[in-house]
Amino acid sequence: MKKVRLATVWLDGCSGCHMSLLDIDEAILAIAKRVDVVYGPLVDAQEFPKAVDVTLIEGAVSSQDDLEKVHTIRRWSKLVVALGDCAVTGNVPSMRNSHPARKMLERIYVEGVQTNRGVPVDGVPALLRQAVPVHEVIKVDLHIPGCPPAPASIAYALGELLEGRMPDLASKVKFG
Amino acid sequence: MPENISIRIDGEYVAAQEGQTILEVARAGGKYIPTLCWLAGTSSVGACRLCIVEVSGVGRLLPACTTPVQDGMSVTTTSEKLTQYRRIAIEFLFSERNHVCAVCVSNNHCELQAMAQKLGVTSVRYPYAYPKLGVDVSHPRYVLDHNRCILCTRCVRVCTEVEGAHVWDVSGRGIRSMIVCDMNRPWAQASSCTNCGKCVQVCPTGALAEKGFAVDEMVKQDHNMTRLTARRGGHS
Repeated sequence: MKKVRLATVWLDGCSGCHMSLLDIDEAILAIAKRVDVVYGPLVDAQEFPKAVDVTLIEGAVSSQDDLEKVHTIRRWSKLVVALGDCAVTGNVPSMRNSHPARKMLERIYVEGVQTNRGVPVDGVPALLRQAVPVHEVIKVDLHIPGCPPAPASIAYALGELLEGRMPDLASKVKFG
Repeated sequence: MPENISIRIDGEYVAAQEGQTILEVARAGGKYIPTLCWLAGTSSVGACRLCIVEVSGVGRLLPACTTPVQDGMSVTTTSEKLTQYRRIAIEFLFSERNHVCAVCVSNNHCELQAMAQKLGVTSVRYPYAYPKLGVDVSHPRYVLDHNRCILCTRCVRVCTEVEGAHVWDVSGRGIRSMIVCDMNRPWAQASSCTNCGKCVQVCPTGALAEKGFAVDEMVKQDHNMTRLTARRGGHS
């Protein structure tokens, strides 16, 4: 059987959703046999590949880099899944949204430190005005909320997707 | 003596009395209608719109908690359309303020969060408003976090109708509506507050909470309230 090409992406989040993905116990063995992980923090690929069946996105869209990534992801992925509250609701990263990004950076990197004061600019992407859920930027096919989503929810959702079914997560998952 | 009447709920004939609301009659008949702002023993305001039902012959959806029954009325409490609109109501509540369940004292004990799960809301299709709102920490024992408020007005009603203090009110209109304390003063300066904590215990979210609790820890103790309101003739 042809393997399903799976990508995982880590945007503005804490990697807790990836931890939860790795925490699905023995279910991971059955899933691992049926997928090729073609991109993400768990593998070495540098560029997002051109034909992906399922992409799991962890994290809010918070920087210029995130923004470009999600458009690339949408372009080359058949199914896009928002994994976890940051990708689904904005969650903790969006708590900065009622304040200007520049003021927040100055508060942290200028007022908040004694040495090496200054907002970092080299090698880091510019922040967007607000950190937003993925579906405010691109079409998302499935939302798996939770902070992090329960391993059982992830295992169930992936299991269904691998069987070619769209999982019905209504009432099975919760925010937070 | 109120007149006995008969209405139909989801096709079944139910005995009711004039003056009762659709919600009261439905609950008495063992029917479940979701609610958030409704609070036993206090007046109903129809703020959250979760209890909307279909009444045949009426073109719009009506809140069950404030609509009185009429003889011969036919009510539908569950349908695809109602589920859709109840989800929309929940999504509006989430998009209006800054509800971040993951870092909330009421995480896993929150009626808004539980209702979203129950209704199968897995994302909010409307853009979040991200309003800039304050937190009143002036009171020695309690906190008011406007970010988590859904304007259900349970605090307003329990304070006025059960405690008899009338500390809370709603100021402003529409999206600018805010819960205020004693003519918009910091809570600590509200001379009418008796520090009874009823508002805190009946608040469905983490908007009103006791101080000293971390994420997940604020479990509301509303059983005392249930006793109090039952004595006032409320249903629990």
